[in-house]
Amino acid sequence: MTSAIETEGLAKSFGKTRALDGIDMVAREGTVFGLLGPNGAGKTTAIRVLSTLLRPDEGRAAVGGYDVARDAEKVRGLIGLTGQYAAVDELLSGNENLFMLGRLLGVRPGEARRRATELLEAFDLAEAATKLVKTYSGGMRRRLDLAASLVGRPRYLYLDEPTTGLDPRSRLELWGMIRSLVADGTTVLLTTQYLEEADRLADEIVVIDHGRVIAAGTPQQLKTRVGGLVLQAQPADPADLPAIEGILSSFDREGDGVYNDGQLVMVRIDDRSAIGQAFRRLDEADIAVDDLSLRRPSLDEVFLAVTGHVADGDELADEEPAREGTDERRTG
Amino acid sequence: MSTATTIDTRHANVVSNTLTIARRNLLHIKATPEQLVEMSIQPLMFLVLFVYVFGGAIAGSSRDYLQFALPGILVQSVAFLPFTTALALNTDFQRGVIDRFRSLPIARSSVIGGRILADGARIVWSVLIITGFAVLLGFRFGGGAAGAVGALVIVTAFGLAMCWPMAFIGITARTTESVNTWGFMIILPLTFASSAFVPVESMPGWLQPIANANPVTAAIDAARGLMLGGPVARPVIESLIWMAALVAVFAPLAIARYRRRV
Repeated sequence: MTSAIETEGLAKSFGKTRALDGIDMVAREGTVFGLLGPNGAGKTTAIRVLSTLLRPDEGRAAVGGYDVARDAEKVRGLIGLTGQYAAVDELLSGNENLFMLGRLLGVRPGEARRRATELLEAFDLAEAATKLVKTYSGGMRRRLDLAASLVGRPRYLYLDEPTTGLDPRSRLELWGMIRSLVADGTTVLLTTQYLEEADRLADEIVVIDHGRVIAAGTPQQLKTRVGGLVLQAQPADPADLPAIEGILSSFDREGDGVYNDGQLVMVRIDDRSAIGQAFRRLDEADIAVDDLSLRRPSLDEVFLAVTGHVADGDELADEEPAREGTDERRTG
Repeated sequence: MSTATTIDTRHANVVSNTLTIARRNLLHIKATPEQLVEMSIQPLMFLVLFVYVFGGAIAGSSRDYLQFALPGILVQSVAFLPFTTALALNTDFQRGVIDRFRSLPIARSSVIGGRILADGARIVWSVLIITGFAVLLGFRFGGGAAGAVGALVIVTAFGLAMCWPMAFIGITARTTESVNTWGFMIILPLTFASSAFVPVESMPGWLQPIANANPVTAAIDAARGLMLGGPVARPVIESLIWMAALVAVFAPLAIARYRRRV
């Protein structure tokens, strides 16, 4: 296996904010590489450097063996970019968008038209092919966005938070499409805020926070590192919160303590059987619960485990100068 | 989902990329027909209002004023049309469309070039509509067919030259509002403190040198000379120098900004 994307000490600052603070990573050819982190961790900046939209201040990055700064033109010929910022043209139809990109990439008109039709069909957009993109739903837009990045059959596909703001069904559909691309030999660089997404798609994950790599490995390795499961209970009556806290604390084997957010009580456990015991103990104490469940650690908990602090939104907001007009895409 | 594994991508160059982008920009008119109003009806409205509201007061009669003001109204229109260049580039940046273009292996100049080529088509359209309508209202060329063609070429070329500073503004400004603010602050005084609507000699002494040094005045005087049959050599040379200077300064600035904007 050769490395598809490689960075060494990659750094980029915006004013005083160090968006990337020395990132080392290696993504192997033919795999999905996940870049996981909260808003403002530096994920988008990393994607923008790797797609030649930003020049790194320090360090180096190579895509397919080409340096992103010195051989930018070569890199651009290998990549497809989809994401928060790379948009489709709202005032063109889906078909016109894809045809235009084909022509820009140097595909002959006839073939560009065929490719557009082929992609529109593959992404379930054939019926909306001649409609203006501004009439598309959020899910349709994302699918067209993904199709747009595939016109030139890129070897490396960058997906910058491809499912943020999508409903669960559209998210599952998009995951399916990404998997079939990888099966066809495309290397995917995926950024996401969702541990679940990285878990489902990525072969390897790098967790970044404040522009630094704070953990790396396969999803399995990361989860082991965070450890165990989370048992959570939500009382029907908030007055029972302290009582639930008391019961759940007896399952806390690692001494992490019990977390009470005012609605839910959570505790990290190692043993699945705890949920049965918890159910009986709550029943014996005559406490009614709306929810009692087991789940995998969330991204927040990964963060807590590897950084010792909670991923907070405040200091993370200013990764890059604010841009208007992108909000609608996040919620759309 | 894809059966073939390769796609032939060798048939592009700066020219075809620029044409593709220009085509894309012109297709926007289909999606937003109000642009047609902006390109057609708005300049005609200006023409009618200026000629019939101010004509009598300024030149004694609307008909005489039409002869005087048409070159000015043409140049004013083509000085305002490049607002589209600025606003459209700004919107493309904000929407992320430019990021897509910049991540493609295409010439950096083709995105701005395609924008300006499309705006050139809009400028030609407006110039022809205004001139045609003015002829219907009674405008008569006094400089012969060659003069008429020369005047329209000068006017169109001036509009194209003005696209470059406006492209620079559109790429530099962070918001649509600041594009509007900067654009108006520059274009409005330029077009009014010129020979467009009144003779420069009628202005106060302090304003005259400013109006005379104004590139808009040079373009208008050139167009007026060619259309009505007056002195042409000096204003034509002056306006050609101005246009060359505008492009020489702002084209590299706009392209450099385009490369660097985050």
